[in-house]
Amino acid sequence: MSLPTLSIGLLGKKLGMTRIYDEKGRVIPVTVIEAAGNRILQIKTPATDGYWAAQVGFDSQKPSRTSKPLLGHFKKSNSEPKRFIREFRLTENEAKNLQLGDLPLATFSVGQFVDVIGTSKGKGFAGVMKKHGFAGQPASHGHMMHRRTGAIGNRSTPGRVWKNQGMPGHLGCDRVTVQNLRILQIREEDGAIVVSGAVPGSKGSYVIIRPAKKKPLPAKS
Amino acid sequence: MATNVFEKIDKEQCKNPVVDFQVGDTVRVHTRVIEGDKERIQVFSGIVIARKGKGINENFTVRRISYEEGVERVFPLHSPRIAKIEVEKRGDVRRAKLFYLRKRTGKAAMNVKEKTR
Repeated sequence: MSLPTLSIGLLGKKLGMTRIYDEKGRVIPVTVIEAAGNRILQIKTPATDGYWAAQVGFDSQKPSRTSKPLLGHFKKSNSEPKRFIREFRLTENEAKNLQLGDLPLATFSVGQFVDVIGTSKGKGFAGVMKKHGFAGQPASHGHMMHRRTGAIGNRSTPGRVWKNQGMPGHLGCDRVTVQNLRILQIREEDGAIVVSGAVPGSKGSYVIIRPAKKKPLPAKS
Repeated sequence: MATNVFEKIDKEQCKNPVVDFQVGDTVRVHTRVIEGDKERIQVFSGIVIARKGKGINENFTVRRISYEEGVERVFPLHSPRIAKIEVEKRGDVRRAKLFYLRKRTGKAAMNVKEKTR
């Protein structure tokens, strides 16, 4: 099995989750991602940028909300100002096949596996039970430790705290990649993609959808 | 726009038309059971004691007394695995949820007044 080389994906906005029945009557939890209006803004080449890549923009916004230098950049690709801009690294062949302009939902096909990258929901300063799944201590019968950390090491051997010891601290709001989600529907009329399973982030947060790194690409017809 | 997509997905997934039955009715639920590559129909009959959720998420609970043991089964209303729902008797009840039946034993356990029309 040859794994896919670098390939272009789409940007999107998480709309929310629902459920769908498959052909066997099983319920599948799905996430609906809005992904219409993707545009390729720039193709980066080794000559000018040192590597092959496509810059993609998503979610139009008012020109007045955009800086003038950026407006100039959007003008080059004849595009409306976009709010969310990301790059996809590409192979040379792939990059040469692409052109500036619209990037349709049909970039993906139904049944294809994708990775979805987003920013997880922020949980603030979280304790060790929530953050690392520690068991905590008994809640009653005279115990006063409840949700505290407990011991973090031994005594003079090793005389220090091991690396990666779980401690309380900030949780969430991280870049998270969920791999190998299947595309179940491409809803052209709604400008949305329906993907099996959950996707990081809250409703309305931006996500990057790319072909799955660990599954073969579908054969191009 | 967002809600629109969900309404559409809901509509596509929901079975049309849905059998009209209410809490208190006695029903026979025909479910498709897949064993290996064979498919057969299994019937579960009893009183509908609850309906909850809406749209694609709606499900209902059927209670029956089987060998003197109360058995409850929850079905997703729109599941393709439900082949058919037959209404045997219309019940006349004053609650939305008939959980009080769980405490009853003997004859009273399946005793729901029939609707007279």
